[in-house]
Amino acid sequence: MAFSFRGGIHPDYQKEKTAASVIVSNMPQPERVIIPLSQHIGTPCQSLVKAGDRVLEGQKIGDCEGLGAPIHASIAGIVKAVEPHWTVSGIKVLSVVIDNDGSDEKVEYTPYEGEISDLTPEQIITYAREAGIVGMGGAAFPTYAKLQTAIDRKVSTVIINGCECEPFITADHRAMVEYPRFIVTGAELIRQCLGVEDVVICVESNKPDAIATMRSTADGTGIAVMEVPTKYPQGGEKQLIRAVTGREVPPGKLPMDIGCAVFNVDTCASLYRAVFRGLPLTKRVVTVSGSAVANPANLLVRIGTSYRDLFKFCGGFTSEPYKIVTGGPMMGIAQHSVDLPVVKNTSSLLAYAENGEEESFSDTEVCIRCGRCVAACPMRLQPTKIYENAVLNRFDECAKLHVQDCIECGCCAYVCPAKLYLVQAMRMAKSQIPREGAKK
Amino acid sequence: MSEQFLVNSSPHYRCKDSTMSLMRDVLIALIPILGGATVFFGFRALTLTLVSVISCVSFESLFNWMTKRKNTVGDLSAVVTGVILAFNLPVVTPYWMVIVGAFFAIVVVKCLFGGLGKNFLNPALAARAFLFSWPVIMTSFTKPLLARYYELSFVFGEPMFVNETSDEISAISGATALESLKQGAQPEFSLSEMFIGNIPGCIGETSALLILLGLVYLLCRRVITWHIPVFYVGTVALLTFLFPAGNMENLTYMSYELLSGGLLFGAVFMATDYTTSPLSRYGKMIYAVGCGGLTVLLRTFGDMPEAVSYSILIMNVVAIVIDRYLKPRRYGIGGDNA
Repeated sequence: MAFSFRGGIHPDYQKEKTAASVIVSNMPQPERVIIPLSQHIGTPCQSLVKAGDRVLEGQKIGDCEGLGAPIHASIAGIVKAVEPHWTVSGIKVLSVVIDNDGSDEKVEYTPYEGEISDLTPEQIITYAREAGIVGMGGAAFPTYAKLQTAIDRKVSTVIINGCECEPFITADHRAMVEYPRFIVTGAELIRQCLGVEDVVICVESNKPDAIATMRSTADGTGIAVMEVPTKYPQGGEKQLIRAVTGREVPPGKLPMDIGCAVFNVDTCASLYRAVFRGLPLTKRVVTVSGSAVANPANLLVRIGTSYRDLFKFCGGFTSEPYKIVTGGPMMGIAQHSVDLPVVKNTSSLLAYAENGEEESFSDTEVCIRCGRCVAACPMRLQPTKIYENAVLNRFDECAKLHVQDCIECGCCAYVCPAKLYLVQAMRMAKSQIPREGAKK
Repeated sequence: MSEQFLVNSSPHYRCKDSTMSLMRDVLIALIPILGGATVFFGFRALTLTLVSVISCVSFESLFNWMTKRKNTVGDLSAVVTGVILAFNLPVVTPYWMVIVGAFFAIVVVKCLFGGLGKNFLNPALAARAFLFSWPVIMTSFTKPLLARYYELSFVFGEPMFVNETSDEISAISGATALESLKQGAQPEFSLSEMFIGNIPGCIGETSALLILLGLVYLLCRRVITWHIPVFYVGTVALLTFLFPAGNMENLTYMSYELLSGGLLFGAVFMATDYTTSPLSRYGKMIYAVGCGGLTVLLRTFGDMPEAVSYSILIMNVVAIVIDRYLKPRRYGIGGDNA
């Protein structure tokens, strides 16, 4: 394997907890789902339903003008309320609360039955939009908008991201092993939509079974499967582009500026379902893991299912958790409650036991200038220097040290022997810099 | 279940290393050297090290207590300073000098500049430089086996010869390999003796074998990276190979230079000090090449036989400049290799 990117870390991945656990697709339907009307980057959706309405599974319940993706009901039932509800990001978002009526009635789906080569880019973009597909790796950028921009910007290389470099998470891994055909066909749809030749599916070397299934499935399609080194954050957009193409995205620019577009493997599978099954995005695979979870598993979950239902399905907690994390341990968000809904980009749910192996709390010490953060930073920054300026509110110095390039991957804080809160300092500095500029 | 969860900023995952564990690893790497020194130079090597460690830890505690700071001896950095200071002294050094050295290292060089991570010089090396105010004692390198012989006569207390005239000191002091090399003469020791460490010198610097063992441990535990030791020793090797003194073969001269004095100990345990070396990989390389170049220059043209300490101290100061002006290439600018 070739050089991929400079820096990065090799954390204890702990993926063995769920790597062999087959995706559970028959989880009992939840009694109630809470579906936030903003699950993507862009304009929040307007509700198309009101309290008392009956909705069917797959029915569109929210839509918006401009950048955004429509939202669909994930169960059939009665709309109990349209009200603000706590969400992953720690704010209240207008949400549709649906009580399950047990009928399991679905809207009539209309799959496409022709050949991929007969589809026009506009058709594929419409499928992607109407199915409400967003980037499922974490960013939740509306996929139709990414496809449209990629056409406009004449993207030449499409990278399908199956790295899944965050510890614990195995949702994409299982998807690649269990339904490789969906992913490869989804990639073919993207290729058809963008009219590009160069499509590469990237998988980290620690998933040999996924590499094997992707290779055998992609055989003959003209889509390449590339094994990339196992290193966090290999799945970071900028790091992956560097590994595949040898090119770097210039500061402040987008991957499309250097002719690349990156899509998550699960996004591809959703696009396949949208086109060939007519299915909107109402379910996703979630890894439930962590030291406090009795039976870690990969679950196919309806959007809007509460965390509580997921943990209960996984056998509850072995000990009282002190921390709940949505997403991976490196970049995930700590949650204040288990009464939050799974949304389109919820790839995993972790519960940490007190004295678990994930974190050990010790006092923050002083920087001993060991330089580990500098060596680990995949964006070539000098975290300790930014830190010492940020804590003194010297944000102009932070800007000179290019803090705005920080991707908040957490490598610096992971390796820091003094346990400094480096990423927080980075975030603070990043949030201050535009304001500093605006004053002038 | 209380359902009260901790909400804080990512990452929610940390490596197990701490300042204390890193310092502990350095101490583990130093243990074989201490064992070797006790064999070569006698029991006094051990007591000297103990006095140095206890003094360093006490001075740090005392300083923290007097200035109402949190006691920081738990991070073990004062213990490391104590061991390295002792390893930089000849075995005949009187205990009072060790205590003075420990005071200078911990209080003057480290604590007064803000404590761990803030000192701009390596504390142990700065103390050694300070102790060169007593140059005769500092260069009284006893012949290893002779030291053992003397030890038999002095079970406790100061060895008598330290308080005697310098004639007597030189009687038990051997010419070090460096002194011979400086005269352009081949040292009286074989290369294998020098590799094992059965030669006159400071307590901790003589055994290349045990120092390399420590280096392997530190590299395996990822406490240090290879850049500084390799570039430091590599620079010295290259320069001494190209410009041998006297009538020695290039390779012989180079081998003797590499194995004499504090070069290996300095390159592995002192130049790699986190606080006083540059942060970045390229910075470390420049710094190490500087250390190597200065070592050869000072050894060749300086009046003092040893040059490693001063080379590292000078580069400690340069490291600050390196860190200030050496900027890493910004991601996305000039890095394409497509």
